[in-house]
Amino acid sequence: MSAHSHQVEKNNLISLIKKDTGVNIHKCYQCGKCSAGCPVALDEMEYPPSMIMRLLQTEDAENEEAVKKSYAIWVCLTCEMCYTRCPMEIDIPTVMDYVRQVSIKEGKTNPKAKSIISSHQAFLDSIKRTGRLHELGFVMGYKLKTFEMMKDATLAPTMMKKGKLHIFAEKIKDKAHINNIFKKTEKK
Amino acid sequence: MKIGLYPGCSLTGSSREYYESVMAISKALDIEIVELPDWNCCGATAAHNLNKELSLSLPARNLAIAEREKLDTIVVPCAACYSRLSVTQHELHENPELKSRVAEILEMEYHGTSKIINVIQFFEQFATEKIKEKQTKPLGFKVACYYGCLLVRPPKILNFDRPEDPQSMEKIMKSVGAEPIEWNYKTECCGAAMSVAKTEIVGRLSGDIVEDAAERGADAIIVACPMCHSNLDMRRPEIEKYKGKKLPIPVLYLSQAVGLSVGLEKKELGILRHFVKVDLPEKKVEVKEIKENKAEIIVT
Repeated sequence: MSAHSHQVEKNNLISLIKKDTGVNIHKCYQCGKCSAGCPVALDEMEYPPSMIMRLLQTEDAENEEAVKKSYAIWVCLTCEMCYTRCPMEIDIPTVMDYVRQVSIKEGKTNPKAKSIISSHQAFLDSIKRTGRLHELGFVMGYKLKTFEMMKDATLAPTMMKKGKLHIFAEKIKDKAHINNIFKKTEKK
Repeated sequence: MKIGLYPGCSLTGSSREYYESVMAISKALDIEIVELPDWNCCGATAAHNLNKELSLSLPARNLAIAEREKLDTIVVPCAACYSRLSVTQHELHENPELKSRVAEILEMEYHGTSKIINVIQFFEQFATEKIKEKQTKPLGFKVACYYGCLLVRPPKILNFDRPEDPQSMEKIMKSVGAEPIEWNYKTECCGAAMSVAKTEIVGRLSGDIVEDAAERGADAIIVACPMCHSNLDMRRPEIEKYKGKKLPIPVLYLSQAVGLSVGLEKKELGILRHFVKVDLPEKKVEVKEIKENKAEIIVT
């Protein structure tokens, strides 16, 4: 394979990321600064960010699967530390967003990430209904998805007492517009 | 000049004291702010994790409303909303194809001309002189200014303050007679959106932040983000459990701290809504004089 044909459209993940987001992971030279600064790399991730970059660089199908099925992509907090410190200015959080969406689309999400994904989905369900987040509705929706019924049961009474918890949702007037935005952006 | 306000969802619920204090201090300083009519949720972490088009369309609707209402500058007190609105404006500016796709989804005109500012920039740009004029109660205590992630990162998009050792909040706190401390965790992540799904991560990350601020002698932590506040304040039981000790240091919003310095009451600033009781030392540090936005402070 010539150097030129190497550049030609390929369907592996690293090429798709380059094409769809403009982020060039090939620039990573494994200095590890992203992993050193990542607040969850050490205690939570099975592959720290620099290793995810490396797995994608190999263009190996098995390694790509490992990334799509990883817990690391979901426990990433999108704190933007990795991108800020990367000497090659690789936008790793954008890569994480991209891989998360591929992982969902292909049904390859890590089972350990279920609660995180459920919380994101419950959040979106809530804003889809009313245009704004209804915190109580969001937490109830999360509990129904995860069966963690006792989660934060002691938090609610204090929040209520402090006037921080609304029983009813605040609705925007043009709910139809929000509905339309959801309809047009939700993948078939 | 009218300034647009995008409060975001947290400020209507769990962080309503942030909203109350921003409104109270704006009124006290005669700054006119107008809430964006019929604003919607920015989509937050959930949207950009799950659906890119949605994560750009939701903030863009708010920016389009601001343009329609001729509100050229919008202050966004929530750091997460500030980030989502800024990232959206940046991405749509960089990518014309995406911009027309989003306009098509919204069925609204969108130009991307709004000036989006956070609450620190709001004070810097509209209140520096007024704070000096109206100051009746210089704070006189030590503060740890906590920025978290999204006020300063990614610097390429936000272009606001230094990402590793920002100083803008310190400057404001000095101008109201507080003494900012040097500490290690001012831009570390609090655990952010994991508050519900992975509370133990929040306990650990926020625990390190709260402990460092307390150990270095701060009397209060100052924040400018409702996520940071709820994690450091409402999650204090998880923090104390993780650290295995009591950490009673209170967490104030920047707008509350500035409000106190111009003589506003704790109640009107929403300070009584915090979970961790706000007991602030009187005159622990003595403020000799305040001039040119710089206070000389002597620790007694």
